[in-house]
Amino acid sequence: MSTPARTKGTAAIVGPGNIGTDLMFKLMRRSDVLDPRWMIGVDPASDGLRRAKSLGLEASHEGVDWLLAQDELPDIVFECTSAKAHEANAPRYAEAGILAVDLTPAAVGPYLCPPVNLDFNLDAMNVNMITCGGQATTPMVKAVSSVVPVPYAEIVASISSKSAGPGTRANIDEFTETTSAALEVVGGAERGKAIIILNPVEPPLMMRNSVFCAIPAEAAEPGELQDRILASIHAMVAEVQDYVPGYHLRADPQFDHARDTWKGMARVFVPIEVKGRGDYLPDYAGNLDIITAAAARVGDIMVAHRLGVASTWKSSAQLGDVPDPLVGAGADAQKAGV
Amino acid sequence: MGDMTIRPEDAPVVVEELTETDVLANTPKAGGERDLRITDSTLRDGSHAMSHQFTEEQVRGVVHALDKAGVEVIEVSHGDGLGGSSFNYGFSKVDEMKLIAAAVEEATQAKIAILMLPGLGTVHDLKNAHAAGASVARIATHCTEADVSIQHFGAARALGMETVGFLMLSHKASPAKLAEQARIMVDAGAQCVYVVDSAGALVLSDAQERIKAVIDEIGPQAQVGFHGHQNLSLGIANSVLAYQAGALQIDGALCALGAGAGNSPTEVLAATFERMGIRTGVDLGEVLSAAEDVVRPFIPRLPWMDRASITQGYAGVYSSFLLHAERAAERYDVPAHEILQKVGEYGYVGGQEDMIIDIALQLAEERRNLVDLGDLAGMGVR
Repeated sequence: MSTPARTKGTAAIVGPGNIGTDLMFKLMRRSDVLDPRWMIGVDPASDGLRRAKSLGLEASHEGVDWLLAQDELPDIVFECTSAKAHEANAPRYAEAGILAVDLTPAAVGPYLCPPVNLDFNLDAMNVNMITCGGQATTPMVKAVSSVVPVPYAEIVASISSKSAGPGTRANIDEFTETTSAALEVVGGAERGKAIIILNPVEPPLMMRNSVFCAIPAEAAEPGELQDRILASIHAMVAEVQDYVPGYHLRADPQFDHARDTWKGMARVFVPIEVKGRGDYLPDYAGNLDIITAAAARVGDIMVAHRLGVASTWKSSAQLGDVPDPLVGAGADAQKAGV
Repeated sequence: MGDMTIRPEDAPVVVEELTETDVLANTPKAGGERDLRITDSTLRDGSHAMSHQFTEEQVRGVVHALDKAGVEVIEVSHGDGLGGSSFNYGFSKVDEMKLIAAAVEEATQAKIAILMLPGLGTVHDLKNAHAAGASVARIATHCTEADVSIQHFGAARALGMETVGFLMLSHKASPAKLAEQARIMVDAGAQCVYVVDSAGALVLSDAQERIKAVIDEIGPQAQVGFHGHQNLSLGIANSVLAYQAGALQIDGALCALGAGAGNSPTEVLAATFERMGIRTGVDLGEVLSAAEDVVRPFIPRLPWMDRASITQGYAGVYSSFLLHAERAAERYDVPAHEILQKVGEYGYVGGQEDMIIDIALQLAEERRNLVDLGDLAGMGVR
């Protein structure tokens, strides 16, 4: 007699900071396939570990060593630490047969951005979620590059200082380099450039991304080609909104005529604002929301594939505005000014 | 905005009268003993005013003249630092690495410095600049975000470069906060930390208090410097006050060539300090001729205190936003000074040039609404 087929996979979150905690809330709320069971950190005094424990997860401050020494191992681990930590941990997860979704810029596995390349190899053992700026901007570059060639794409991600954790700050080069590469590999630009700006103003600014794409001169003039670019951008915005409802155009895309200093190319400018859903972090932290939402969605799909069950991802429309039992915890976090 | 009057107690006290003999006696020869070091930023901050269109010939000419005048450090980079060539800040006419290499070749005694802003430039860019011969790394962050520069100071020191930290828009942080941020840079490997008045918004004692606070925190582990702008015409005065408070490195640019209403003019710094008997090691005649004969002829538009740049100083707006605001003003038919006023209100920081487009669109929308309502007075029609 065989054991009954499993319909749920177990998940561990490594790194109990802002991202790890927000991800925990998202998995609890949005996925029926993933069961977050472990929260792993290295600091016994961590707030994130305490919070995870109070929500019924097994929390340990003894790191990945502890996790891998358990009798029962998770099906999937979400890495919310740093690029260096993930580079060290990745081979150990692979050896233990644990699927890894990497939320650091380590990029051990292929870049993933749900609205662009969810048709990736579902059997991959390690996938990378690029960066928050990458999740917000590669869909727009892809939207443009799927209509006209984009020889160069540039993004500027402005985030509130409060939402940039110590990991981001210590490794800001990894953000720009990983995001630049993803603009090419995922966005479809020939060359990508990424810039990140931290702004400390109070009250904190919403995450704001500017996407600039070099486009052929004729595409910047009113007409059929420009209409197709606009339609492609609007369709892509709707796809991202499916899992990040706060994702929207701050203004209409702006087309600038070709210039000599742009090597005869024209330009389209797409201003994106990301208002966080406030699952755990305040709504200005849209930068964290967009990467945790993407990671949760990818994890749900990959584990569902392995278990042979349907992905149960709840879209924003399905979740609606129903009050959530976890909202209280999120509100506390807002007050604490995480 | 508060009281903009300069109070009598803010005025510096002249301790003793200098005679002409004193001045002559204290006039240093180039490269000799000096009391402070001037860094010239014509070829970096000036890049903003040149819309990043410097040619190799211009760079060689300026470096040759400054080097001959005894200026010891010459900064060469895109206005927004290494990697700044972009849609957002403007593309460089000539690759900055080429310009840096040309400057290094031209200099006989001067060190060539670069500027970099973490989040925009990377360690990779820093290594390229070092390979091109740059030997001073100036690493800039917003005045409250020093911790993003830690990896870059480490990398610069590992390359054997002299290091300088740049705390931009210093008027936005209290003296105590600035001192705390300077400490982070020094612990990361900065050998000097600058109070950078990116908006030209520090009014006399504002500058001096910040210099004092930073010196109290990091001296003598590292030097302290001051980088001034002319938006409220106080670049030179603030530099003198900074020196009197203990700053040992002062930035200038020939003909004030820099963002906003420009930088403290190097030639005026040299003349003023010499008049005060403070030795800069710069030959006044040579530096005056560098400004007049080398730089002045190629400047398309002298930096000037006009309505837009004064608004920058008054509202505390990053100086390099000026030309971007003027371009957006033209494209969307809204006044540049109104754009800059909004930038100040919203608290945008260095690097957020893209927000100027947002604001211009917003102002244009507001104007359209007024037209729809037939509100001519609201549009400023009298």
